[in-house]
Amino acid sequence: MQLSRRAFLATTGAAGTGTLLSFLGLNLRPTRVYAAQGAARRGKVVTTICPFCGVGCGQIAEVVDGQVVGIEGDPDHPINEGAVCSKGAALYQIHHNDRRLRTVRYRKPGAKAWEELPWDRALKMIAERFKKTRDETWVGQEGGLTVNRTEGIASLGGAALDTEECYLLSKMMRGAGLVWIEHQARI
Amino acid sequence: MTNHWSDMAHADVVMICGSNAVENHPIASRWIERAKANGAVVLSCDPRYTRTTAFADHYCKMRSGTDIAFVGGMINYALQNDRVNREYVRHYTNATFLVNPEYDFEAGLFAGYDAGKRAYDASKWAYELDEQGVPVRDMTMEHPRCVFQLLKKHFARYDMDTVCSITGAPREDYEKICDVFTSTWAPDRVATWLYAMGTTQHTHGTQNIRTYAILQLLLGNIGMAGGGVNALRGESNVQGSTDMALLFHILPGYLKVPAPPLQTLAAYLEKNTPKSNDPSSGNWWQNTPKYMVSLLKAWWGDHATKENDFCYNYLPKPSGDRSFISLFEAIYAGTIKGLLCFGQNPAVGGPNSNKEREALARLDWLVCVDLFETDTATFWKRPGVDPSKIQTEVFLLPAAASMEKQGSVVNSGRWAQWRYAAAKPPGDARSDAWIVTRLVQELKALYEAGGAFPEPIRHLTWDYHVDDHGEPDIQYVAAEISGYYMEGEQKGRQVLNFTKLADDGSTCSGCWIFCGSYADYADGKGPELNDGPHITEVRGRKTINRLAKRFKEDPAKVPEGRCRGLDPDWAWCWPLNRRIIYNRASVDHQGQPWSPHRWVIRWNPALADGKGAWEGDVPDGGWPPLNNPDGTPNPASRNPFLMRPEGVACLFATALTDGPFPEHYEPLESPVANLLSPQQFNPVIKVWEPDLIGDPREFPIVATTYRVCEHWQAGAMTRNASWLVELMPDVFVELSADLAQRKGIHTGDWVRVSTKRGTMRARALVTRRFEPFFVAGKLVDQIGIPWHWGYAGLATGDSANVLTPHVGDANTMIPEYKAFLCRVEKEEVV
Repeated sequence: MQLSRRAFLATTGAAGTGTLLSFLGLNLRPTRVYAAQGAARRGKVVTTICPFCGVGCGQIAEVVDGQVVGIEGDPDHPINEGAVCSKGAALYQIHHNDRRLRTVRYRKPGAKAWEELPWDRALKMIAERFKKTRDETWVGQEGGLTVNRTEGIASLGGAALDTEECYLLSKMMRGAGLVWIEHQARI
Repeated sequence: MTNHWSDMAHADVVMICGSNAVENHPIASRWIERAKANGAVVLSCDPRYTRTTAFADHYCKMRSGTDIAFVGGMINYALQNDRVNREYVRHYTNATFLVNPEYDFEAGLFAGYDAGKRAYDASKWAYELDEQGVPVRDMTMEHPRCVFQLLKKHFARYDMDTVCSITGAPREDYEKICDVFTSTWAPDRVATWLYAMGTTQHTHGTQNIRTYAILQLLLGNIGMAGGGVNALRGESNVQGSTDMALLFHILPGYLKVPAPPLQTLAAYLEKNTPKSNDPSSGNWWQNTPKYMVSLLKAWWGDHATKENDFCYNYLPKPSGDRSFISLFEAIYAGTIKGLLCFGQNPAVGGPNSNKEREALARLDWLVCVDLFETDTATFWKRPGVDPSKIQTEVFLLPAAASMEKQGSVVNSGRWAQWRYAAAKPPGDARSDAWIVTRLVQELKALYEAGGAFPEPIRHLTWDYHVDDHGEPDIQYVAAEISGYYMEGEQKGRQVLNFTKLADDGSTCSGCWIFCGSYADYADGKGPELNDGPHITEVRGRKTINRLAKRFKEDPAKVPEGRCRGLDPDWAWCWPLNRRIIYNRASVDHQGQPWSPHRWVIRWNPALADGKGAWEGDVPDGGWPPLNNPDGTPNPASRNPFLMRPEGVACLFATALTDGPFPEHYEPLESPVANLLSPQQFNPVIKVWEPDLIGDPREFPIVATTYRVCEHWQAGAMTRNASWLVELMPDVFVELSADLAQRKGIHTGDWVRVSTKRGTMRARALVTRRFEPFFVAGKLVDQIGIPWHWGYAGLATGDSANVLTPHVGDANTMIPEYKAFLCRVEKEEVV
């Protein structure tokens, strides 16, 4: 979008006035409306919840052509009312980050470096190892009692996953007979 | 949390002890600030002067690991000065219950201790029962064997001088804290207690929390707006992940994991369904059979029938402890061959992490699912090791981040909040739901051809409208967690709430406490019937995803005097959308609030055509008030703590492994002898590595670990974000000016911190935030280290957990990260 110098000044001036007023404690309303109605937004607004601590602050992601162009505090959210901490303010960098993993990596026994694998191949290999270990370490009976468990596989993690994913993980692992199931809540 | 974040604004006194809320839950401070604006006094008790302390009106320092002495002294202060809400204590706690004459406490040990087993026989602490099997009560609370008198006797030993001597708290500061906090004993005054890992990560962590609960009950602060005992949870969904039972000892909804001796469903239910002969007890867990059968139906569907015990034998039955430390010991010992790690980084976060890193090399295979390359996923190429000697196969799967998928998270106040996919994940990254689903599909295919006990895998239901790419419809998962009818006229319809779940196999519910979170549209009420993304379609029915609701309460419509912030149509809160739990204790026998200007619930006799009804929050037990309007007891009512078979809250708790009352013991590693008894440390903890306990002559300094605002947990997310790395690049050690002077250390110097387990390097940060403590007349130094760093990522540094011991709390096995012994040396520049 090309802006004339006059239009640019008008835009920044309007936004600037709202911000200044709120800093002076005069009226927070313009800022809220600005954020909530997306008057100056270029794209659609998607609500999300901050993935860091347990406060559960609301955030909004602005999306243009399928791309997140900004993430900020949700002014409508009853807990944080638009505010976020330093981590919440950096959430954009969790999505847009060159260091994010983009492919499946695999490290052979004794290897010094990763190699890449297609998903289907990796999932088959993991399932094969899972089955082999499960079957080899299966304890059906212990002291005359049916216990139906594998001693050889453990599952860790979940506090960074969505609740529905935690449920699926709990269901899968217990369905497969795991008893070594733990996560961040223990530590 | 018993309460929730915005509710803190209602407190008269805010105590922050065992938490650095302003640093680690910064938005909490918004509501503490709101309370202050309303006139609240804020107290901070901590070994270090923190960012939270800077926010507080009064501060009292205390040595790490002495919480029970500190709060025990506050309990004693309340009892000695009669700052007790007697009506509340008499009727809503077990203060009046008589205890078995066999109960005793001597020389730091309760009755029933077996030194050989390092365990108690808790039957010695049982209540005295009458002929009907109901606990005998003395409503005067004068009987020498009633809980109130036993409590008084137990904590009389925690006098001001003894407490200050143990904790190193300056007496004047401590007295101020005692006075201000216990001032909330008056029915119309309320205090909240905020805590976090500073409380839990001790060998007596559970009993630390018990001291808060006891004190808050004596003052009548549980169930009230602005009150409660509030654990500030450190991860966005550690509440949800716990609710879904990603812990060895529970099943979803806090049902117990079956133990091997319980061979049939009947035996399991007999053992795990509490009974009460007291007609005034609601004893909610009597419904266990309905919740357990509904869970089995959610997992094995039509294969789970009454005839086959609803597939009860499909559930694995662990023997013994399988918690985190044991798990790593089992990897180290070679028992566990394969490990899957979903967004967890134990190479940084686990205690004695050098040992845990070595343990990873003993695995046959490791699968890590994460956003970034973590320390755990790269243990085989960490500094100082030769990858060619490590035979572990490692898979690192790229996961989608929070804003790249749809689903919910449960915050610390139990609000389950839905979030949406704003964009696609980068590259080939996928949601954990997709990864788990694809693994289940692969396993199901493999087990079609046979294997060890294949039925539980083959029959596991996975009816989530999975698309051709393997992506499940997450709305279907949420609907199953809530639960629906599996047969009969209502087949397919969402179950209204958990009071409608059945033990005959006609209903399913993946997690009973979430039942009602996903509703049939026909059962909807109020604003949720409006259009919006919370209106969904599941299994061909029009449904309401209550977790996705975003309707704020209109302040103008809140009845006069009712507490603010209940927001019943903003997200959804377990159980039953109840925002403040134990709220039946916030009213008197007539159902009228103790604190009328911030009431949570109240009985309104004019409602329901003159029959009366509760208004406000969802009551914790819908029965009418304890008394009729004429003051006679109402037999249709039930006592307010419905999850306890006693019906009342427990000042005296028989279910814990280490005693019915909290008792001060030193941490496993301590520079001083226990001043209260000959028992140096918690007598029932398991000491994994007795030869790795530091001697105070060699390691004289107390150390603790904590976090900074700019980083998160084991650092995978924040140590890879350049903005945060710029703000907080390096690991550091905070030490007092006094200690630094004695060691010749200046801010910015490299120092080495060593314990019996390991050594780390860090920059020194000399500060007055730490001061030495005077403990039993002796000077004791304490230092602190943030623990986020590791060898992977953009910002690297040594992990503080190479220092911490493999020892856990007696009840929960949470590691003792918060108090251990170390030595500090300046690193000489060559």
